[in-house]
Amino acid sequence: MATPATAPVNMNNGDAESLTSEQKKQLKKERRKEKNAQKEKHNIPSKPEGQEPKIEKSKAELRAERRAKQEADRAAKASKKSDQVAANTKQKGPRVPANIQADDPKVQKKAAKKLEKQQVPQRTEGQKKVALFSHLHQYERSLSITKNIGFGKNAIHPAIIRLGLQYAEGTVTGSNARCAALMSAICKLISDYETPPQKELSRHLESKLKPAISFLDQCRPLSVSMGSAIKYIKLQITNIPTGMSDSEAKLRLVKSLKEFVHVNIVLAGEAISGYACTKITDGDVVMVFGSSSLITKVLCDAHNAGIQFSVIVVDGRPKLSGRGTLRKLCRVGIKCSYVLVSAASYIMPEVTKVFLGAHGLLSNGYVMGSVGTSMVAMAAKIRGVPVIVCCEAYKFCERVQTDSFVNNEIGDPRDLLVQNKSELTSPLLTNTAWEETDSLKVLHLTYDVTPPDFVAMVVTELGKIPCTSVPVVLRVRSLET
Amino acid sequence: KKMEQFLLDLKQEQFNGSYDLAYKTINHLRKLISQTRWTHAQELMNTIKKEGKKMITAQPSEYVVGNMVRRVLKIIREEYVRLLGESEESANKESLHKMLTAEGNERDDHTKPLKELKTTVIEAVNEYIDEMEASIHNISAQAIEHIHSNEVILTLGKSRTVEAFLKQAAKKRKFHVIVVEGSPLYHGHELAKSLASKGIETTVITDTAIFAIMSRVNKVIIGTHSVLANGGLKAVNGAHMVALAASHHAVPLIVLGAMFKLCLLHYSDIGGSEATFNRLASPQEVLDYYDGGTEELVNVQIYSPTFDYVPPELVTLFISNIGGNAPSYMYRLLSELYHPDDHVL
Repeated sequence: MATPATAPVNMNNGDAESLTSEQKKQLKKERRKEKNAQKEKHNIPSKPEGQEPKIEKSKAELRAERRAKQEADRAAKASKKSDQVAANTKQKGPRVPANIQADDPKVQKKAAKKLEKQQVPQRTEGQKKVALFSHLHQYERSLSITKNIGFGKNAIHPAIIRLGLQYAEGTVTGSNARCAALMSAICKLISDYETPPQKELSRHLESKLKPAISFLDQCRPLSVSMGSAIKYIKLQITNIPTGMSDSEAKLRLVKSLKEFVHVNIVLAGEAISGYACTKITDGDVVMVFGSSSLITKVLCDAHNAGIQFSVIVVDGRPKLSGRGTLRKLCRVGIKCSYVLVSAASYIMPEVTKVFLGAHGLLSNGYVMGSVGTSMVAMAAKIRGVPVIVCCEAYKFCERVQTDSFVNNEIGDPRDLLVQNKSELTSPLLTNTAWEETDSLKVLHLTYDVTPPDFVAMVVTELGKIPCTSVPVVLRVRSLET
Repeated sequence: KKMEQFLLDLKQEQFNGSYDLAYKTINHLRKLISQTRWTHAQELMNTIKKEGKKMITAQPSEYVVGNMVRRVLKIIREEYVRLLGESEESANKESLHKMLTAEGNERDDHTKPLKELKTTVIEAVNEYIDEMEASIHNISAQAIEHIHSNEVILTLGKSRTVEAFLKQAAKKRKFHVIVVEGSPLYHGHELAKSLASKGIETTVITDTAIFAIMSRVNKVIIGTHSVLANGGLKAVNGAHMVALAASHHAVPLIVLGAMFKLCLLHYSDIGGSEATFNRLASPQEVLDYYDGGTEELVNVQIYSPTFDYVPPELVTLFISNIGGNAPSYMYRLLSELYHPDDHVL
């Protein structure tokens, strides 16, 4: 064992692993003694200078001191734990997630440490943050997140890496699509998984999943549908009967995940389509906003059933996802019109019904959808046009929110600055103008919440319910599983 | 000739906002007064009416042109009455006696030739032009009364009046401005750039995010194209959505507009060839030909309205160059600006 004088003095993590644990404890004690010495002297000597005078103590004495200190610490911890256990059983409130505390440095440090332990690269924050949303992460799509990814033993499965990149680039969008893609990637991960010896599948697999989920969260914040799916996966893993062999367990898991997608997305879509089509009559003018796979399905099914109606697609920048909906509907042969959201109130006198898709339904009845949903719902409510929201039951979540600020996803501000293909009469802000002017910020919101009084009815596979019945459905579903 | 060029510009919508148009119109009318031959006031008014009708039919959705024509007619009437030696109030007062004894005397006829009429009318028109030029300055001088520190102000698109208003307030107070892009022309970006260059904290948002942001906004300040007789607005596309969101969150909506924007007309949603309120711009800005011209999208109807009607219930306050008013009072100011006989040209 090297003497303290020759032990390396800079205590960053890379070097620390080369020291033995005894050396680490040694240095820790010495540092503590220095601090006390400094307090008396009122000066700040650097570490190497402070260590010299302490070498005189013999090894035996140091070991005895250390043991005494360890006993004292252990006793203190035991007493603290008993206090804490008593305290914890009283206050066990819901934990506030770290992704809405981006302005709290302590929380962020903890989160960064956790990511490092899981070997997941962390995304760098953007340069120009909007002050109103300083509590949320504001990233810019500058460098690829997979630049620093490792390929060691505990590396993330390539299917997950591919999925993460697809999310980050926007290749896979829409809550149903993201959830289904997640399930298929996890199925791949499970099939390729080999339980290491001495470990149990149900426990170790979950620890394999955690870094994968963190990585996906870094690429793009998890959606409500993905959260629901992950909860289901974890439940399935813990419910594996103990006697089962690994190959059997893996097959069973994969089957249950595929079942989840089939039941909650495909079959639910059929049921919702059946209910919603009863609400569309001949001569209707239906207004939809943006792109929702479920709403597109409902309209196509209604058209195939022979109902004569026309559709007005409302769209908003910067995603302009309504154009995809427009194409799908025109292909089927539905008569369509297209406006931007600022003209929604202009065209509203023509509209008889509004169908909206949802990203998620919150427990207090608010509808979380892509930004602009609330604008359309508001314009419809003013003119007395009924607003019907179609949403699968697995997207209901226990969160509560009253405005769009507390929890949202801030997209890349450069998306608003990009030039369209057409030659606009007034040019959009260029990158240089945005970068140069300090007081100019650009905000790209992804979601907004619609109050329940704008919504007339929610159609789920369980039937047609009012917006306020969401917690009832959640309760029923949690009792079922 | 200049007149034909002006009419062509009107038809092709080649002007820079309502102030620019109003200025050009009134200069035109002044030239008309000074250069044409006329003997008495009635002849002059007929000439102006004829020219005015031509201009209005070239672009019926631009109310400012009609406003200018009617204002000039009112100026002529006023000057005529003043020169005859009678006070303006007695000319306007409608007594029962006058109504019953409709004689058609000289005063109502406007046919008495007066030598100084030309010079006085041109003087009055010049005064009015000066007032118009100073209107932006007068409005922004009231800025400091309405904006206080640390406020979050929302505005839409690009209005020269709002720009001057906010810049004037920024000289003394520190506040935050959120500018809505204003599709489909995205003028909001220019306004944001201009405000940020003066050091005002500006954030640009898309028009989809208006409802989401509105809960944090203290005031909404917008400009308008015209003010209708009932106190409603004919504003840029998207203003109605902003007004609805503001009223839902109980945020006051302040409208800035000079007095030349106040017009006699009311809202009408007649469509087709008789449409005078709104005009549909090129759909290129909404869905360009590259995407919209493909075979599958070729039957899609695309709407790109230029104006929005905002009903007076959604407006909290009007600030014009003569001070602040409630929308319910605007109809009264009409009587000062225009004469009832000129309502129909």
